Amino acid sequence: MIGLAAGTTAMYHAMTQMALADTSTFKGPINLSAPPAGASVLVLGAGIAGMVAAMELRDAGYKVQVLEYNGRPGGRNWSLYGGDTYTELGGATQKVQFDAGQYINPGPWRLPYHHQGILHYVNRLGVALEPFTQVNYNAYVHSTTAFDGKPQRYRTVQADFYGQVAELMSKTTKQGALDQDVTKEDRAILISALKEWGALDANDKYATGLEAGERRGFASDPGGGLNSVAIAGKRIEMGDLLKSGLWSAIGAGLAYDMQSTIFQPKGGMGQVGKAFGKALEPLIQYNCKVIDIKQGDKGVTATYIDSRTGGAPKTASADWCVCTIPASVLSQIPMNVGGPMEAAINQIPYMAALKVGLQMKRRFWEQDEHIYGGVTYTNQPNTMIGYPQWDFFSKGKGVLLGSYCFGTPAYIAAAKSPEERIKDALAYGANIHPQYKDEFECGVAVAWHRVPWTLGCAGFWTEEARAKHYDNLCAVDGRIVLAGEHASRIPAWQEGAVTSALDAIERLHKKAMSA
Amino acid sequence: MKIRTAIATTLLLAIALPTFADTAAPTPPPPPRRGLGGFGGGPFPMQDGEAIYKGVCQGCHMPDAKGAVGAGMYPALVKNENLETAGYPVGVIVKGQKAMPPLGPYFTDVQVANVANYVRSHFGNKYKDKVKPEDVKLMR
Repeated sequence: MIGLAAGTTAMYHAMTQMALADTSTFKGPINLSAPPAGASVLVLGAGIAGMVAAMELRDAGYKVQVLEYNGRPGGRNWSLYGGDTYTELGGATQKVQFDAGQYINPGPWRLPYHHQGILHYVNRLGVALEPFTQVNYNAYVHSTTAFDGKPQRYRTVQADFYGQVAELMSKTTKQGALDQDVTKEDRAILISALKEWGALDANDKYATGLEAGERRGFASDPGGGLNSVAIAGKRIEMGDLLKSGLWSAIGAGLAYDMQSTIFQPKGGMGQVGKAFGKALEPLIQYNCKVIDIKQGDKGVTATYIDSRTGGAPKTASADWCVCTIPASVLSQIPMNVGGPMEAAINQIPYMAALKVGLQMKRRFWEQDEHIYGGVTYTNQPNTMIGYPQWDFFSKGKGVLLGSYCFGTPAYIAAAKSPEERIKDALAYGANIHPQYKDEFECGVAVAWHRVPWTLGCAGFWTEEARAKHYDNLCAVDGRIVLAGEHASRIPAWQEGAVTSALDAIERLHKKAMSA
Repeated sequence: MKIRTAIATTLLLAIALPTFADTAAPTPPPPPRRGLGGFGGGPFPMQDGEAIYKGVCQGCHMPDAKGAVGAGMYPALVKNENLETAGYPVGVIVKGQKAMPPLGPYFTDVQVANVANYVRSHFGNKYKDKVKPEDVKLMR
């Protein structure tokens, strides 16, 4: 009715209020008017933010040039395949030995459904998507100090925790402890709701019966024909669950960014960067290390050298500049912007993260344990084991994400050699999957503080830093505007890079039109 | 050196609580929020200066403390005159500087003093005065 009466914009706003159209700040394809004749933009960095900016500015009619440090497009949008070579700071070089079709994404690996900005470009570029399962109920939650170090199924821990919390709540409600907070009428509803939420039986108990089995599974599953009766399993008692700490691992899929549906590009996240690079082919100049950025009344000039061989500095100039160089690197490049932007750039520390890819001779997690995609969580330093989300049931090999950690374990891993990081991931993983010992073939380890072009995985903001510096980081300074995940409120996500770039070029364009 | 006291204080408050609140019962790491759970994971276990350097610092400053150069660089600590004033490395370790994260929440005062003293007496640095844990405390 609203749509008919008030037009689609009003309907959209109404839908947003009704939470039917949740998305990031992405407002749909950007539509820039024709720029002043001959107007030009220099884009620094061919990551997602830089390439979104370059593509849209080019399409609007700007003359665009992009300088990129690496010899490939994508930046942190990156997949490592067999045959690839990666040299980290300190000089350790890894030659990836994976078989054809196998890969890991050292950087981003997920595209949540509400990240409509990056999804728009993925679709525009014709990159095929497939589902990414975040929560796999049949994967494990694991603690070295609980249940003799035996991994538990996510499913049983969640069902038993919810069930026993529901039972407690139901009992408490009946005992009158909630009489002050819940009306008499609502108490009956609450008891019914708890019965449903926790899979309680007719007596409002989370018994080890078939109701619970519908959530936690069975000691013996039901089937067809003779000898097919379901046999209930035995719940994990609440005290053991609480002490295990495993309750902290079952919130994985609750976060907005982790909710279904999530996608991944077929063939690796790096396909997006590659497709962007191809679409922008003549505009991107690779292997350019920017060493100076200067703006004046008429334009902006970046000085750069060959990132592999050094050599004599060269320059590139344009009327305007979109700079997507990570703040970790940009804070070291002389650039004549005002004090507020400089202060903002200088106060963004970059976080630690580690990803380790492990190629296994066979997909034992599928064949032996019926785990198809998803993530296992552990209290060991490897933190997560991610199962490949493609080629299910393949009789061939598979690459596990053997470690994905942040903070303390990621710092420690960066101080080790790639071989040691892989060895550690194997040792931790074998405590969950003993098959590791027989099936491991080769691996690759990326510790983000050793990545030469980012010096960390993503910019870190506190709320106080945002209040003081964020607007100054994002504001156009003369002829320069910054963009990237670090200039977004969705840090470390590609959607942050996309929405940051779109917002930046919209404001830069406005300025160019009024100049 | 510009000291970003407000930010460092915030980091301490924001990070120290969830990280260190419950060291008695080991728990698995919380599920990732916003993809990358910020800083976190608990304190570094190493205690003496050399172990901390080799276990953490060399991740960026490199085993030979010569730093590294890519699109940006990590400064060398070899014969580094910035280390002359003991408060400088202590401040950088605790509060961070530019891309370098504030590592104060990960370390006790003793750990910071130990690693600062190690760096100031190795890699061609021969500063005799010692950082004391009390000096670190004042920086927090």
